[in-house]
Amino acid sequence: MSVLVVEDVTRTHGSGDGAVHALRGLSLTVSPGELVAVMGPSGSGKSTLLHLAGGLDHPTSGRVRVEGVDLGSLSARELARVRRRSVGYVFQDFNLVPALTAAENVALPLELDGCSARKARRQAVDALAEVGIEELADRFPDDMSGGQQQRVAIARALVGERRLVLADEPTGALDSTTGEAVMALLRSRCDAGAAGMLVTHDARHAAWADRVVFLRDGLVTDQSVYLAPEAALRP
Amino acid sequence: MSVRHGLLALLAEQPRYGYELRGEFESRTGSTWPLNVGQVYTTLARLERDGCVSASGASDSGQQYYEITAIGRAEVTTWFTTPVRREDRPRDELAIKLALAVASADIDLEAVIQAQRTDSLRALQDYTRLKARAGSEDGADLAWLLVLDAMVFQTEAEVRWLDHCESRLLRARRAVTAVTPVKEVAR
Repeated sequence: MSVLVVEDVTRTHGSGDGAVHALRGLSLTVSPGELVAVMGPSGSGKSTLLHLAGGLDHPTSGRVRVEGVDLGSLSARELARVRRRSVGYVFQDFNLVPALTAAENVALPLELDGCSARKARRQAVDALAEVGIEELADRFPDDMSGGQQQRVAIARALVGERRLVLADEPTGALDSTTGEAVMALLRSRCDAGAAGMLVTHDARHAAWADRVVFLRDGLVTDQSVYLAPEAALRP
Repeated sequence: MSVRHGLLALLAEQPRYGYELRGEFESRTGSTWPLNVGQVYTTLARLERDGCVSASGASDSGQQYYEITAIGRAEVTTWFTTPVRREDRPRDELAIKLALAVASADIDLEAVIQAQRTDSLRALQDYTRLKARAGSEDGADLAWLLVLDAMVFQTEAEVRWLDHCESRLLRARRAVTAVTPVKEVAR
């Protein structure tokens, strides 16, 4: 089952002559194990799509389903729970809480969701181990490099049961080599079963995805699908 | 690509025979630029004629070994230390194609750009996977990674250039349709 299903979604800001059609009937799915990159010029609807997928905005028409749940059918409270439990975000500027250690940052969404501090800590340390920085669990964000902070953010996005990670220019604040390492990590988390959607203007980073979707004026104009060489050879 | 200098660089390391040169060249560059063995032998003959290499005995199985001379060594050093001139590279077919498409009324330039971008990104996806695989192995093959990086960055540059062409095209189109209203606003 697809983790994210966007079905014929439109999103219009304003009305009448001044209406801006950010999305015009866009459909897209992301399955477990799949990383999808979204590219397009500014104003093409990339960010709107990411916000809708994360339940941070509502479509004007159409449906967004996360793990089978139609986000439009939820109360504000239920929606907040889906955001805590099913969706993780990775931003360009990391968005870690500076007063909390790496492990506390990762544990935060679990604790907000009612998980005991001890259990949350254990899961957080596991998540940090999965992104290769278990030894930094008790460090504060200011004492970490940008690449390390972004690893913490990815751990936080995927801690516990969460399987959908939405990333908005995750390499934007990193140098070329560190950015690549972060993309390799995101790729490996998806290979391990997560579903990822990534908005980027950087072709070199989009190329880590299984599918690169091109948006233009609120619609998908084209997409580039990676075919494993083995798959390409099959009749 | 200069086969001549590629072979000379390999011979600067140690004497080799034709098949060995071909295999070594392809393994260093990940078979990105395959050579046929005929090409290798004609190049070796020319190098010998120019005094850059000399025949130096045969292997047990009768393969002719070649070794580099002082002249060859000087040539390979010059090659390594001289930047590759832009104008020595082959003509850029894509730039020529787009330039011609601009003036051609029945060609949808945007579609040409998008088709190329999709194709280039697919290539970029392939290179990225190859790189991830090469880099994760123990004792990552540095030469192969550098070649892959070159292809990645060239393809990325092409995609960025295509993005740029597209926005230039849109701006030009908008300028044509917006001439009158802009004047009215200015007055």
